[in-house]
Amino acid sequence: MTTAAISPGSQTLRRMLANPSVIIGGLLVLAILLMGLLAPVLGTRDPADISPKDRNQPPGYETTVRDNSGAKVPVVYRLGSDTLGRDVYSRIVYGARISLVVGISVAAISIVIGMAIGVLAGYVRWLDGIIMRIMDGLMAIPAILLAIAVVSLFSAGLTSVIIAIVVPEVPRVVRLVRSIVLSIREEPYVEAAITAGTRTPVLLVRHILPNTIAPLIVQGTFIVASAIIVEAILSFLGIGIPPEIPTWGNIMAEGRAVFQLYPHNIFYPGLVLALTVLAVNMLGDGLRDTLDPRFAKRV
Amino acid sequence: MFSYLLRRLLATIPVMLLVAVFVFMLLRLTPGDPAAIIAGDYANDAQIAEIRSKLGLDKPLPVQFMVWLGNMFQGDFGESFFYKKQVGELIAARLEPTLSLSLLTIILTVCIAVPLGTLAAYRQGSWLDRGIMGFSVLGFSLPVFVIGYILIYVFSIQLGWLPVQGYQRISDGVGGWLLRLILPSVALSVIFVAFIARMTRTSVLEVLGEDYIRTARAKGQTESKVLMHHAVRNAAVPIVTVIGLSFAILIGGVVVTESVFNLPGLGLLTVEAVLARDFPTIQAVILLFSFIYVLINLAIDVSYTLLDPRIRY
Amino acid sequence: MEKQNVLEVRNLTVSLPRNADRPNAVENISFTVAPGEIVCVVGESGSGKSVTASAVMGLLPSALNPSAGETLLQGEDTLKASPNRLRDLRGTRMAMIFQEPMTALNPVTRVGDQISEVLEIHTDLSASERRKRAIEIMESVHLPDPEKMVDSFPHQLSGGQRQRIMIAMALVLDPALLIADEPTTALDVTTQAQILKLIKEMQERRGTGVLFITHDFGVVAEIADRIVVMQNGRVVEYGDRDDVLRRPKQPYTQMLMASVPSMTPPDRVPRTGDKAIEVSNLNKIYGRTGWLSKDRIVHAASDVDLFVRKGETLGIVGESGSGKSTVARCIARLIDPTSGSISLHGTDIGTLPQSRLRPHRRKVQIVFQDPYRSLNPRRTIGQSLIEAPVNFGVPVEQARKTARDLMELVGLSGDALERYPHQFSGGQRQRICIARALAVEPEVLIADEAVSALDVSVQAQVLELLDDIRERYDLAMLFITHDLRVAAQICDRLIVMKKGVIVEQGPTKKVYSDPQHEYTRLLLDAAPGRDVTFGSDTAA
Repeated sequence: MTTAAISPGSQTLRRMLANPSVIIGGLLVLAILLMGLLAPVLGTRDPADISPKDRNQPPGYETTVRDNSGAKVPVVYRLGSDTLGRDVYSRIVYGARISLVVGISVAAISIVIGMAIGVLAGYVRWLDGIIMRIMDGLMAIPAILLAIAVVSLFSAGLTSVIIAIVVPEVPRVVRLVRSIVLSIREEPYVEAAITAGTRTPVLLVRHILPNTIAPLIVQGTFIVASAIIVEAILSFLGIGIPPEIPTWGNIMAEGRAVFQLYPHNIFYPGLVLALTVLAVNMLGDGLRDTLDPRFAKRV
Repeated sequence: MFSYLLRRLLATIPVMLLVAVFVFMLLRLTPGDPAAIIAGDYANDAQIAEIRSKLGLDKPLPVQFMVWLGNMFQGDFGESFFYKKQVGELIAARLEPTLSLSLLTIILTVCIAVPLGTLAAYRQGSWLDRGIMGFSVLGFSLPVFVIGYILIYVFSIQLGWLPVQGYQRISDGVGGWLLRLILPSVALSVIFVAFIARMTRTSVLEVLGEDYIRTARAKGQTESKVLMHHAVRNAAVPIVTVIGLSFAILIGGVVVTESVFNLPGLGLLTVEAVLARDFPTIQAVILLFSFIYVLINLAIDVSYTLLDPRIRY
Repeated sequence: MEKQNVLEVRNLTVSLPRNADRPNAVENISFTVAPGEIVCVVGESGSGKSVTASAVMGLLPSALNPSAGETLLQGEDTLKASPNRLRDLRGTRMAMIFQEPMTALNPVTRVGDQISEVLEIHTDLSASERRKRAIEIMESVHLPDPEKMVDSFPHQLSGGQRQRIMIAMALVLDPALLIADEPTTALDVTTQAQILKLIKEMQERRGTGVLFITHDFGVVAEIADRIVVMQNGRVVEYGDRDDVLRRPKQPYTQMLMASVPSMTPPDRVPRTGDKAIEVSNLNKIYGRTGWLSKDRIVHAASDVDLFVRKGETLGIVGESGSGKSTVARCIARLIDPTSGSISLHGTDIGTLPQSRLRPHRRKVQIVFQDPYRSLNPRRTIGQSLIEAPVNFGVPVEQARKTARDLMELVGLSGDALERYPHQFSGGQRQRICIARALAVEPEVLIADEAVSALDVSVQAQVLELLDDIRERYDLAMLFITHDLRVAAQICDRLIVMKKGVIVEQGPTKKVYSDPQHEYTRLLLDAAPGRDVTFGSDTAA
């Protein structure tokens, strides 16, 4: 034991950076983030560009197009073209943006809402029963059905898809936060703070809520993964993001009809989608093992 | 026992009521006139007015809710304005493929996942454990429609072993029925096997750390019997719980799988109904699925009393 | 010619994983257990006593490896035995019972089946014969109505009954060696006395050699024939009971013996100061009966009256479920009393709503049992210590200065304020908790089993600290404990509780020498080793 102050946080950070899942998953997620951010400079063309003469071409197809000045320039369809002659490669690269925006905003929104409701349920006794019954009710509706129900309400679009995925995620966050609040408020150090005259809001922020950070980071990562999948499912079913916007689900939906002849329209976006979700899940797994060993046991 | 069952059954009423309120509000929350939405895009004013009075949409909300709920109880789920049929009939016609797919998937999952998870826990830290857990993360990350298309591509298009898509009623021959369900249920079960194997491993590992496992070893019991008689037996409650919870994912998966494999079940009906904005059908399907889910979890709660003598009714 | 020893441990060394705080869990230890003899291995936490027991049984966790020595069970080295051979030996020639009877039995299997499992593994008896044997052995460990109980599940039995089942299971095949790892630590004192008696009876009747692991010197005094004292993985002293307990040779053993509180209360001058706190008609009822629910009502405290004078220590003793902690937590207003008054200088805080209670919280502070959970792991000691004073309006700088002084008062360095709880030992943390309680200059200090989780030597120091600060600040101290030795030494007056009711109260000395209530007598009689005065012959 050294005399220096070793904060529990710095120890966790060191453990985290030594975990292979965190490193590999984290790097992959970073790569996909960069792909989305740098989409215009990654050798892409306008993902909405239609070219009737180049429909349903296999990967590597080369041709020429006329640019604005009318000159012929050679282009390559690295991953082939879809039924409207759009460049699948460009659509996949741009599609990363939608997936990431949906994943991250769903996680952020559901954690903020879930945390607020969860703390209320865990700390205000008379509200607990009511809130938890409502959450039970929401959880009784299978998540994808609930999302489908919500999108069916609004016109298709990014916002409605995000709302649709947030609604079924919230009860899960509420349950997690509530269970942590309920167990931590019994800890002797919290009771000591109560006898120390600490007011309830300070008590929550200082002693109780810090315990939810690690589990929520972990939970948040898994929400990102599942939101990306649900968005892809909704788009694939044709009830998510409007089809003209390039998303992985939309590219696959586009390719469904001609799948037997041109499977690449389904396989490439599917592969990228699976890889993205895998990366996020690996990151989540690693974070769970290092940040929150107790949670690792629970789930 | 009977009073326990009754109590548990009564306890599901508030949950079901909340689901009903939500499903009911669904239509009322939509911007615009519900009657116009139900009637669809090609209805004239007279038709809309007829729907409004038929559904009592001109009455106050609570009254509408009671009327609606009352109709549901009598098995009257309303009429689909898209299919021009009673929703009840529509659902009945679509029940078989969904039930077949779900049942096959569950059987497949439990038979694979529980032994895999137990094995991983027993050989914790070994390459076997790491392999099973690696598969589990992978299975968790592969969306069911991607798996579905890979399977179709390999087994139907390239190898030609199995039919590409479609469904055959069981009454038209068990062989054809099963043949067409193999790929869908394998595709659908991947995520469950991943999920349940992982949870089984966690539960068994937790039990293996318990004092009574040490007691059993101190008696001179063999490792395999320690595992089977003591560990798995005690891990049964959490495993069964997880299987119950995963029905929610199953139902979501059914919707997607039926679309990929073109199985004319309730999932496909849901998607068609959403695309057609056929609200009576959407409401009925959500209500039905939720009700089944709640009942399954009730059954699982009741099964605890058989699995664990500490839980008493 | 002496009979062959049941167990001979020779130069046993068990190594720890590389990153541990010392190279070996136990190092070069040797001792023997003869047939019909009880050998106690005693030591504080981390001494390696349980590792020794597990090594003999071959039940060491995989991270620990025996690296040298041998453990001879009737001449056969169990360290070298194959896994199959070990399984044959377990249950037949050596058996083990554990600390937690609540968790050591499989919760989903009938107790009779768990006993007959041993017979199933090691004998060819038929199912009905196994059942018969199970009932017989249950009868011999004095379980009531074994014919019926054989079909019970563990959760239907009391803690004492479960430990009897464990003993029955261990002894059903008459092993030569019984290893008991803290078998009574989780039990109430009256139950503990019965179990100790049973182990002794079984051992005498069957001639079993017993290796008994414990940290409790009272228990040692009660049952040991010979004693092995361990510290940090080494044997410090080894000898006959009376030699070790009364005439310890090694300084460490002498220190331990001096730390064991005596059952004889010292003379204390009765306190005559003002009443700092007065509690009357305090009730706490848990549970509600409702429609379709079967909750039972528990009267955790009924009509409790008590007062504590300034500078006085009032002890509340009782077994688990006696309501002693409920009373303490009601007084600290961590739970709301169902009815009754708690008066601090004429202000009744018993029924004040939380908002108006806050200014009064300063006056009543509490120190909890578990030092590892009493400090927020994410906050420095300094932050924890100034929290309360700052809440009550003390400027931060002044609070920090007071915190430094308090740290030194409780025997720690003021520099430690910058560190985090995980950098301190259990005893140090308990000192920090005491400093934290003192930071707001309370009038009443509640110590809720505050020394129960500590090793005996640390316990003695913390007790002394508590007594010092009571004297120095003229504190009224409410001392909750299940340990009659501790209570004898620190309390001026004593309240004995049973099932939520006060059954006896009076000056400590009088309660110990002349108990009036039958239950008090039962408790005092059950206290292990009550007639032994530890280290008595060394002082001279």
